[in-house]
Order: sequence, then C-alpha cells, then structure tokens
Amino acid sequence: MTLQTLTRPAAADASAPGPAATPARADGAGRTLRGARHVLRRPGLLVAVAVLLLVAAWAVAPQAFTAQDPLGGVPADRLQAPSGAHWFGTDHLGRDVYARVVHGASLTLRTTALAVAVGLVLGSLLGLLAGFLRGWVDDVIGRLVDVLLAIPSILLSLAIITALGFGPVKVAVAVGIGSVATFARVMRAEVLRVSTSVYVEAARASGLRWPAVLGRHVLPNSSGPVLALVALDFGTAVLAVSALSFLGYGTPPPAPEWGALVSGGRDYLATAWWLTTLPGLVIVAVVLAANRVSRALEKTGEDQ
Amino acid sequence: MTRYVLRRAGQGLFVLWAAFTVAFFVLYLLPSDPAALVASGGGEVSQVDPAQLAALRAEYGLDRPILVQYGDALLGVLTGDFGDSYVSGAPATTLVAQALPETLKLTGAALAVAVAGGTAVAVASVFPRARFLRQALAVLPPLGVALPTFFVGLVLLQWFSFRVPVFPAIGNEGAISLVLPTITLAVPAGAQLAQVLSRSLRGTLGEPYVETAWAKGASRTRVHLAHALRNAAIPAFTVLGVMVGGLLGGAVVTETVFSRVGLGRLTVQSVNQQDAPVVLAIVAFSALVFVVVTLVVDLVYPLLDPRIELRTPRGASRRAAPQRATAVNA
Repeated sequence: MTLQTLTRPAAADASAPGPAATPARADGAGRTLRGARHVLRRPGLLVAVAVLLLVAAWAVAPQAFTAQDPLGGVPADRLQAPSGAHWFGTDHLGRDVYARVVHGASLTLRTTALAVAVGLVLGSLLGLLAGFLRGWVDDVIGRLVDVLLAIPSILLSLAIITALGFGPVKVAVAVGIGSVATFARVMRAEVLRVSTSVYVEAARASGLRWPAVLGRHVLPNSSGPVLALVALDFGTAVLAVSALSFLGYGTPPPAPEWGALVSGGRDYLATAWWLTTLPGLVIVAVVLAANRVSRALEKTGEDQ
Repeated sequence: MTRYVLRRAGQGLFVLWAAFTVAFFVLYLLPSDPAALVASGGGEVSQVDPAQLAALRAEYGLDRPILVQYGDALLGVLTGDFGDSYVSGAPATTLVAQALPETLKLTGAALAVAVAGGTAVAVASVFPRARFLRQALAVLPPLGVALPTFFVGLVLLQWFSFRVPVFPAIGNEGAISLVLPTITLAVPAGAQLAQVLSRSLRGTLGEPYVETAWAKGASRTRVHLAHALRNAAIPAFTVLGVMVGGLLGGAVVTETVFSRVGLGRLTVQSVNQQDAPVVLAIVAFSALVFVVVTLVVDLVYPLLDPRIELRTPRGASRRAAPQRATAVNA
C-alpha cells in the first residue's frame, strides 16, 4: 500500500510532461492523412515515392509491365536501338532490355531488401544492447563498430564473399554486414536519448518491467531516425549490390540482375549505348528516390 | 599533448589488431575450403582426390586448430608476413606492394580532384545571389552520391574513348590513361565532401561573426571565402578518413572498368580465386590507411581550430575521432 501511494503520484506527475514533450501525436488516420498531404505538397518527394512504388510493382508483377521474354531473344532483332517496340532497345542476343530490367527488379530488390534486413536486425540488436545495458557491453560493441568502420565496406563485403562464395544471398549478407556499424550507432544513440526521457522514467517508476519498457516505449520512440536510415541504407545497398553483381559475384548469367545488365553492355560501349546507359539510369533513379525519401523521413523526425 | 598522441596511437593499433582479427576469422572460419579450391584448379571441387587434399591442407597449415592458425598468422603479421598466395605462391605482401604504386597514383589524383571539385561545388551552391542558381547547384552533391561508380566509368568510356576518342579506354600507360579513372573515382568522394561542406557552410553563414563581417562592409567574396569557408571547412576535414577509405574501395570497381593494374584489380582476382591470404593483406592494408589518416586528422584538427582542446572527455573515448576533441568554446 505504501509502495503504491508512493509510486502512483510520482508516475502521474512524471507522465504529465510526456505528451507535452512529444506533441502532435495524433491518431493513426490523422497521421496518415497528414503524411499524404506532406508528400503531395512536395513534387520531388512525390516523384521519388512514385519511382519506388513503380520499381516495387516491377518486382512483384513483372508480367504486368512487359509481355517480352527477359531470357529468350529474337536473334533477328539483335542490338536494336530504343524504339516503340523495344523501349530500352535489345541486346546482342535480341533480348528486350526493358523486359530484362523489369524482370531483374525482383532479383535486385530482393537481394537489397535482404541486405538491409541483415544490417537493420544485427545493427539494431547491437545498438540496443549497447545503449540499454551500457557498461562493458557498450564498450565492447563500441569497439567492434569502430573496427567495422575502419574497413571500407566494399572490402569487408569482398572478404565475406571470398569466404562464403558467390550468389545473391551471399552478396546480400556481405552487403548487410557492411552496414551493421551505421545501424548500431544510430540505434545506440536513440536508445540512450529515449531511455533518459521522462516517460521512460515514469514507466519504470510505475513498475513496468524492462522488456515491456523496451517494447512499448523505447523502440517505438526511437524508430524515426532508424527508419530514415533504413531508406538511406536501401539506396546504399542498391549501389553495393549492383556493384558486386557488376563484378560478377551475384546471380550467374543469364539472370537479369541490374549490375550484371550494365556489365553485360561493356563489350558494346562503342555501338550500343543503351545497353549500359538505360539500366544504369534505372539504378540511379532508384538510389536518388531512396535518398530523397530518407531525407523526408529525417525531416519529419526533426519536426517532431 | 604527448600523452594524447600516445593514447590515440594506441587506440589506432588496437583498431588495426581488431580489424585483422575480424578479417582473419571471416576468411578462415567461414565454410569454405581453400585447399579444395586450389586442388580442383577451378574445376569441380567434388572430384578432388582426398589424399591430395590432405597433403595440401598440411602444406598450408590448414589442418591445424583455428586458434593455432590465428596465433601463427598474428605472429607472422608482426614481422610483416601475411602468408603466401594460394594461387601464385608469392608472398601476399609482395603482391600488394607491387600493385600499390598504380593505385596510389589513381587514389591520390582522385583525392585531389575530389577535394577541389567538392569544395568548388559546395561554395558555388551558397555563393550566387540568384536563388535558382543556388538551388540548381545544390542538386549536384546528392546526385553524385547516387551514381554507381561502374556506371560513371562506363559512360565516360563511352563518350570520351569511343564516341570522341580523346582518352585511352584501358591500361596504365601515361598520365592520360589516368584522366577518366580519376574522374570516375572522384565523383562519389567529391559529392560526399560537397554534401558535408555545403551543409556546414549554410550553418556558418548564419553565425553572428559572419553578420559582423557583412556589417563591416566586407565583400561577398571575402565573407564567403575568407570568413565562412575557413570555419566551415573544419567539420568537412573530418570526413577525410572515410573518404580515403572509400577511394580505396572505389578503386576495386574503377580499376575493373578501365582494366588497370593495381590493388583493386588484385582484390577482384583474389576474391575470384578465393585467395584468402592476399584478401587478408589487402583488408589489413586498407584498415592501416584508415587508421593513419584518422590519426593525422585528429592531430591536425586542433591546429586548424584553436577552440578545440586536446583531451578526452570521460565516457566519450569510444566515439569517432572528430568528436573526441572537445569544443570548449563552440
């Protein structure tokens, strides 16, 4: 009884500034509406979101966007410049390059998504442990992050590929581990920021256990910057995955992975510009779009 | 001061040791069998004679417990021995040393171009009076960061080697063969620098002392270059370590695109042949470069900014180099 009378008012007291400290926490529908209006007012952001949605749609249902076969070509139509029939032209086997880009989206995006997931899960876990447990755990993880940052990420990825061998899943793991350090840093900083806030103190004071505090208060409130980093890392991972597939470590040909598509056009640089330029521009568009979305997410986080 | 330098050097050595250890265990503990790869000579691994395989393992010491191998490797590294290449049999350090000069030329040139270009773009994106001009120039850094290195290289090749044959497409001959690879490698690094610098410049231009400079009647050029840029350049200076590391990594793709000899090409070859000792030597070398550059930046930093005091605040020892020095007056 004494304990309750002691903690109850304290909790009520402490939780009072909580909502004030994080204003504008509207209900779900209002937030979605505001988010939509936010996007509509910014044409650049709108284009970025549209690009990402289009590419995601390519990955999910490539047949809806092209009737051409990505693997079987028509030899008579080889090395044709872009036209109404072949938007991105055709390659040396008469395959439609646009169809290959569309069908390659699922391969490239799946590898990228897996890479981001690896970085996010491992990095967040490390950051969470470091920020939450503090002490020597924090020190050890901090040193590990320092070391991972000291090796250029592409060299770290290449070392992992040397050991694991080639293939899309291995490329994804290699790229993902390359981004663990960044996620760990951001997550740790966020956890430290949130765990010193008044509402977490209030939750602890009212007797909530640590796992519950973590799930209900710390994680939801630290998600903003991490989300912005996910978008940014998605762009970086598209670059890394396509660079590794360009070097030939991804899915073996004839699979139309984007980096491999660009690489495939290398022998025809003088005669068929579209083989390298158009798939390359698709990669650039996706990375730009991801970076733009990341910046918008970062901004909304700051505004709040 | 001496204590600080010693401390930082000690931390650098620790990072080096740890980077070597991480790379060693990644390369030697993960499920791959270099002996089988060597014995198969690029053919099917399953067709290798088990007796031959065992002999090879013994020859490379791969049949020993992993910790013994690690201890041995670490002792070797202390004497500058990274082991012999599985493929050519030459010492890994010799291979790296042979490939290094060409890559140093390339990365050095790219660093110079990146610093000059990045600074120019950053200043140009705040300097003009016309708002649309500033906005147009501000688009460049984010664009540069989003360009895949291999794509930039191939497009440059296409236009300036094939369409308009000004530069050679491949090879290491002469300074002219360096032009296109240098630009290719400098684009992402320069864009990264420009991003940091232009953000920093925008912040600095709002500072009271800049206001004072305007009030005293300093010209637009003088306010921007003499007053704002000098202070804004300090935070940008700290990305140098990451930039140099990025250049070494970028050399892998650039040298492949332009078929140049160098460290990047050696990396690709070694990865293709799963030549673990050479990959380990390259990773360790790149970590060494990063550590040295970061240390130098750390030590030069207070000379550039007198407000920075060389001391380590308690509990902040683990943060990245630039933040470690405390801004007393900032």
